[in-house]
Amino acid sequence: MAAHHLTFPLGESEIRKLRAGDEVSVDGHIIGIRDRTQIRIFDQGIEPPMDLRGALLLHTAPNVRKLGPGRYEKLCIGTTTSARMVRFTEGLGAQYGVRAICGKGGLPDEAIEPMQRLGMVYFAIVGGAAALETTQIEEIEEVAWEELMPECLWKFRVKDFGPLTVGIDSHGNSVFHDVQERAKARLEKIVAGL
Amino acid sequence: MTTLTTTDLKQTVEDAAAHLYVWALKDIPQDLRDALAAARDRETSVSGRRVLDIIHRNVQIAEDEKNLVCQDTGIAVYTCRVGEGFPLHPARIYEALKAGTERATLEHPLRSNAVHTITRENTGPNTGYRLPIVHWEFVRDWDGLDVKCVPKGSGSENMSFLKMCVPADGVKGIKQFVLESIVGAGGKPCPPGIVGVGIGGSADYAMYLAKEAITRPVGTRNADPIVAELEDDLYRLLNETGIGPMGLGGDVTVLQCHVEHADTHMTLNPVAVNYQCWAARRASAHVGADGTVDFDREA
Repeated sequence: MAAHHLTFPLGESEIRKLRAGDEVSVDGHIIGIRDRTQIRIFDQGIEPPMDLRGALLLHTAPNVRKLGPGRYEKLCIGTTTSARMVRFTEGLGAQYGVRAICGKGGLPDEAIEPMQRLGMVYFAIVGGAAALETTQIEEIEEVAWEELMPECLWKFRVKDFGPLTVGIDSHGNSVFHDVQERAKARLEKIVAGL
Repeated sequence: MTTLTTTDLKQTVEDAAAHLYVWALKDIPQDLRDALAAARDRETSVSGRRVLDIIHRNVQIAEDEKNLVCQDTGIAVYTCRVGEGFPLHPARIYEALKAGTERATLEHPLRSNAVHTITRENTGPNTGYRLPIVHWEFVRDWDGLDVKCVPKGSGSENMSFLKMCVPADGVKGIKQFVLESIVGAGGKPCPPGIVGVGIGGSADYAMYLAKEAITRPVGTRNADPIVAELEDDLYRLLNETGIGPMGLGGDVTVLQCHVEHADTHMTLNPVAVNYQCWAARRASAHVGADGTVDFDREA
């Protein structure tokens, strides 16, 4: 398992070097996104007012304090469960050029094929570890769609964000798939012994 | 002797609720810290240890920086034990809990999660129609009030499951359903946490009991030895599944399994599962009839 320090936005060739199980930490910019943000983009067909090419997305809805028009101070920023939003994976890659999605709990197997085809990865963060995550976010640089508060589009500048685990790589491997397969086999044995 | 009015007492309960909500979000109880430390000691997988190390760092940072442990301020759930002699009616206690929740949300400020379930529009500062949620218990020959605040995150609440097993499924059916539920949940509810199981009663009451189960201090056991044995068995079996911390694989899948039960109909065998994430937040206050308040992180 290799360790990588990456700066986002990032191109496909760098993404293809990552393997499921690798450890990653991140500098640069990440884009916060959530259920309602993606419902607006894909179900309501409204173009996101931020460039998502090469982006790392974070499944989040932060605690913030408003400082002025479009300006927010971070209070506590953490990560939500990704599985709810799996159906947007292909569109994010194919239409908007997103390269990585960071969330907690994993994406179901239907994300594996589009991520392999489009050159995308999923980073698993530790859910609930928001106090730490907040210290790694330097600033909220931009906010769009404030009316969806807190499910806006957020642009964060980060430093040493992580460590994250490559949960799904762009070569058809998923840590979550493998864990589920092993757990199901164990479950069968446990149940047989009850 | 000062005379305490009901208005004063209502204000006292409101103040206590406002304090409890924020406190629970920032400062997790010692029994939970101990359980997380023990988990870190016995985990052998690389990714599992990485997760548990980060959890440990996070709890420390939250304490040092007085920040929230987790960004999900949850839905505010309170459990109230009301003495028959407590001089504030539960209708007023509810108003006070709601006002306290609102105040904490606005003053801190906390993220407000409350939305109308169909329109998805925000309904208030973590309040709305039938929010917050309160579990009531009434106690005779007592004039006090115990309030416990349990902010419940959605990642774990979404991993709730109900099955109406039949009597012929027996205890085996109960165990199988709990195990299948937790394997199916994988990393989504932020493992390793507390698996709350409610058995017996009715469909709705089994789920109510499952929620009661997750509010107990970690590792406490049901007073009924038959149910306590089920808790031990499930705890052991759940940790044989290999789901591991954050579902990345490993030895520690759950910190504990708590079971609450009720007697039921001869043809019923309901099983409900309510998951509580590793950040199993709770904080309590004991309010006396004279308005004195003792805050208690460990209850």
